[in-house]
Amino acid sequence: MKKTMLDMRVIRNKRLNPDHFLLELASPKPVSGIRPGQFAEVLVENSPTTFLRRPFSIHFVNEEEKSVELYIKRAGEGTRTLGYLEEGDFVNVILPLGNGFALPSSGKVLLIGGGCGVAPLLYLAKEAHSNHIDCDILIGGKDKDQISESERYSRYGRLHVMTEDGSCGEIGLVTQHPVVQRINDFSAIYCCGPEPMMKAVANMTRNSGVPVYVSLENTMACGIGACLCCVVNTNKGNVCVCTDGPVFKSDVLSNW
Amino acid sequence: MANLKVNIGNLEFKNPVLTASGTFGFGLEFDDFIDVSALGGIIVKGTTALPREGNPYPRMAETSSGMINAVGLQNKGVEHFIDIIYPLIKGYNTHVIVNVNGSTIEDYIAVTEKLVALEKIPAIELNISCPNVKEGGMAFGTSCASSSAVTAAIRKVWPRTLIVKLSPNVTSIAEIAKSVEAEGADAVSLVNTFLSMAINAETRRPVLSTITGGLSGPCIKPIALRMVWQVAQAVKIPVIGLGGIMDATDAIEFLLAGATAVQVGTANFIDPTTAVRIVEGIEEYLMRHNMEDVGQVIGGLGK
Ligand SMILES: Cc1cc2nc3c(=O)[nH]c(=O)nc-3n(C[C@H](O)[C@H](O)[C@H](O)COP(=O)(O)OP(=O)(O)OC[C@H]3O[C@@H](n4cnc5c(N)ncnc54)[C@H](O)[C@@H]3O)c2cc1C
Ligand SMILES: Cc1cc2nc3c(=O)[nH]c(=O)nc-3n(C[C@H](O)[C@H](O)[C@H](O)COP(=O)(O)O)c2cc1C
Ligand code: FES
Repeated sequence: MKKTMLDMRVIRNKRLNPDHFLLELASPKPVSGIRPGQFAEVLVENSPTTFLRRPFSIHFVNEEEKSVELYIKRAGEGTRTLGYLEEGDFVNVILPLGNGFALPSSGKVLLIGGGCGVAPLLYLAKEAHSNHIDCDILIGGKDKDQISESERYSRYGRLHVMTEDGSCGEIGLVTQHPVVQRINDFSAIYCCGPEPMMKAVANMTRNSGVPVYVSLENTMACGIGACLCCVVNTNKGNVCVCTDGPVFKSDVLSNW
Repeated sequence: MANLKVNIGNLEFKNPVLTASGTFGFGLEFDDFIDVSALGGIIVKGTTALPREGNPYPRMAETSSGMINAVGLQNKGVEHFIDIIYPLIKGYNTHVIVNVNGSTIEDYIAVTEKLVALEKIPAIELNISCPNVKEGGMAFGTSCASSSAVTAAIRKVWPRTLIVKLSPNVTSIAEIAKSVEAEGADAVSLVNTFLSMAINAETRRPVLSTITGGLSGPCIKPIALRMVWQVAQAVKIPVIGLGGIMDATDAIEFLLAGATAVQVGTANFIDPTTAVRIVEGIEEYLMRHNMEDVGQVIGGLGK
């Protein structure tokens, strides 16, 4: 799907837990051809201190209903304002942006998400499932409040949950989960979340030859490759996270 | 239909709306959203003689009505522009203008001499006002002596339209404008970004890797407007006004202050259709005020 700017209608704004909400937006046009891992740039109105658009991963696409879902964490003023949107309100959105994830043609994959980094993994799991790729999904968070929508993930693969305080699933950090010790079982690993977590996963797999794809969240001004503000240093020099990414194979990233 | 054509040097623009360097990529990034050829012109990303990696991340800090950038002229160099980019954009039916940068006068000459061979580049914009590079850049634009020296050197090697982009980080921008006019500049464009900084109080650190950067967006508009008005009165060559233009009304204000054309910068990030909407908005303004020619607006500030 070509990059498009759309006025999208809020059809659902659901609080999932104290910090996160799910925003479902209906499009006036078909939303086919969006790849998992791509993102949207949302214009935040009614927030005088929010000047630039805010980037969010595509959480899910409902092609028949012509809607997309965003999974948003209240981080500051912009996301708080989006949290107040009501059914029937309109938001201006540019999508789909970025490269998205590429799945192998066969084999098994492991998806690892921490905190609001899980956002792009639901749609990736669905895509893997539709392509008959066996999928293990590991979600981690501080506590049970950060774990939502378990039943949706379970539809597409084996779900493993881990919290730092053990209030949901197993206790510990995602990198300590047994499934992560079985790295060589997988043809690829997809990881989104806080940078230290993604770096830890990349490190654990360094000598295994299993590719790790990570999704970066550099701050952005334009989201379309025009400002060069969002760069990350790679083996090809500085490249834009918004166009060359947000998904990168971890071994191309410098200092990872 | 009202006439939107304006002239800068001996170059005619189909309308007075251009896009600002560093905010519009090479135009290609906007093809999905607009017909780039509907614009008066596009000024592509700052180009240097050799490739530059730019400054380390983080390079951007948001403010409530603008942003501070410290990109530092990341670009793949003039040869990459000529071999790879030019063939992709020379087909645009609008003026493609290259923003020329350097650390020394020799650097500026090296870039310009290579561009002379490109028929579809009718003008260059000499950037003597970049606040984000250690050497050269803004250093050229902050004294009359160095501004006129670099302008004179480029005038000798560039036969077509020469625009010089001025820095607002000076005591008298009108004096600098006069000094580049005296050396044969066909037009001046102003303003570039304002030297500024952002601090993260929680971490007690600067937000940008370079500590300081350049402020752009609607927060700078009133100062840019004042500077355009002052320069328009001080020089005879056309002035291209920019700084915080978000819509057609902002653009009209710059024209009234004496600008012959405007550039749209940071607004492209918020809405990639801004520049074409401004063209339409100017046309609508002329109709509403029963004017036949955009020339009636230029410098039309009443007292
Ligand atoms: C490609 C991409 C995809 C993203 N996907 C999602 C998603 O699916 N769900 C989600 O909730 N968030 C996502 N983010 C992060 C989200 O864009 C930021 O949290 C949001 O812009 C913050 O806006 P704000 O106005 O609420 O906060 P601000 O007031 O701007 O900032 C509040 C706090 O959040 C931090 N922050 C701001 N921007 C970012 C950022 N880009 N990354 C990390 N921290 C930031 C600031 O440093 C500050 O401490 C994504 C970011 C990118 C670049
Ligand atoms: C991210 C960014 C990159 C820029 N890069 C350049 C550049 O390469 N050359 C240049 O002359 N000006 C550059 N500028 C300055 C703009 O062209 C313009 O002068 C300035 O942003 C003020 O206009 P605005 O408020 O409409 O953005 C850049 C501005 C931004 C925000
Ligand atoms: S955000 Fe502008 S280039 Fe990536």
